[in-house]
Amino acid sequence: MIGLLEEMTEKALARNIPLSVQLDLTYRCNERCVHCYLDHQDHGEMATAEIRRLLDEMADAGVFILTLSGGEVFLRKDFFEILEYARLERQFCVKLKTNAIMIREREAARIRDIGVESIQISIYSHRPEVHDAVTLVPGSLKRSLEAARFLKSQGLRVIFANVLMVQNLQDYQGVRALAEEMGVECTLDPTITPMMDGDRSVLKLGVNQDALRQVFRDRALVGDVDEFCAVAPPAGENALSALPCSAGHTTCYVSPYGDVFPCVQFPLPTGNVRTQRFLDIWRHSDRMNEVRSIRMKDLSTCSSCSHVGTCTRCPGLAFMEGNMRGPSSQDCEKSFARTGIPSANILAKKRSPANLVQIQIAPMQPAVPTSGAIA
Amino acid sequence: MSNLYVARNPRVAARSLDGEMMIMSGRDSTLFTLNKTATILWQAADGTTPLEQIVQQKICAEFEVEAGEALRDAETLARDLASHGILQISAEPIVCGGSK
Repeated sequence: MIGLLEEMTEKALARNIPLSVQLDLTYRCNERCVHCYLDHQDHGEMATAEIRRLLDEMADAGVFILTLSGGEVFLRKDFFEILEYARLERQFCVKLKTNAIMIREREAARIRDIGVESIQISIYSHRPEVHDAVTLVPGSLKRSLEAARFLKSQGLRVIFANVLMVQNLQDYQGVRALAEEMGVECTLDPTITPMMDGDRSVLKLGVNQDALRQVFRDRALVGDVDEFCAVAPPAGENALSALPCSAGHTTCYVSPYGDVFPCVQFPLPTGNVRTQRFLDIWRHSDRMNEVRSIRMKDLSTCSSCSHVGTCTRCPGLAFMEGNMRGPSSQDCEKSFARTGIPSANILAKKRSPANLVQIQIAPMQPAVPTSGAIA
Repeated sequence: MSNLYVARNPRVAARSLDGEMMIMSGRDSTLFTLNKTATILWQAADGTTPLEQIVQQKICAEFEVEAGEALRDAETLARDLASHGILQISAEPIVCGGSK
């Protein structure tokens, strides 16, 4: 299936079709995860009718894979109405992202009847004291795991999504073992996303170089360690002409307020579906087209970096650092941890007198929590 | 004379990508793409129009093909798609054919 999906993605790319969209139905949530980047206040979510109209527009635009996420999607009273419309009336391939603590037997059976491709559940540890300390909701691990069992018993595909942080660094293998025992899939992501308002203080929850290096050498996670950690060959013309990622090319993100972004992790507003047609934003937004125009060779620092051919650089994280054509420091750290070779960005920062100035100044201004001081 | 009726399975996900139909099975998330003939059959499979009529009106009208041969091919295709859970087939009209 992966091969066929890649083939269809190539076709979508050639025809400028948004094959995959994440739609956050709400930012409200019944957990308060310490690393979450969202503002959970409701600032005017789209109403049911607006979402139905958006789904019509997205289906007409060619969107096939629809990821419904949040916030917690089950907090919307009209969630099942939206899900049924998306699946049974507009035939999207629907993926759900949820903490699942509101899913009981009845909801699991209803999801099975409607049919979804997968349900991704956030699980941060196999130990309640660790997971619940991340979600700040006592009993949340127990509820999420019960839900996963209900969903599995209905024959549904369940995926545990784990975010690697200082708090749960020791537990990722436990989560994987639990997933294996329950017959569900498991993902692990060391990326911490800055708050949508630009606040980068949550980044301190990310794991350090030593921990990353250890994780990237865990055979159970990466397979062939030598291959995974190998230094990339020098980038050729193909690598430099490549797209930085699928954001804005075959994928995009819509917020609960109707704002369209290239990706959930790329907060560059390109239009709003309350006042514009989805397809018009996708095709004609200047900002979307600017994102679309960027090739690896256009990247200010990364194009000359030895990791350019294999780096996981996220353009959205780079944008949040101040330049969508610049480096994404978290991915520089990953490339460094993986290969032992510092990225061009890391080397430039070491050489930069500005950084030295920040290190000297930071202790003199304790009331100003700048990202430079934290780093 | 074929009395076969075909209906789209409402449990699948489907989208036309520049005229080519992408279908994801609701049974096991297997992804299929349909060629032009299969796409025509899929789009016409409303559960109430007999397969023979679909072949005559949609397939023979589009392609230069003999009606009997086209019907045999369409039956084979319909049974193949049904085996993957993409289409429902029946000797009677299918009322809840499902989605657009």
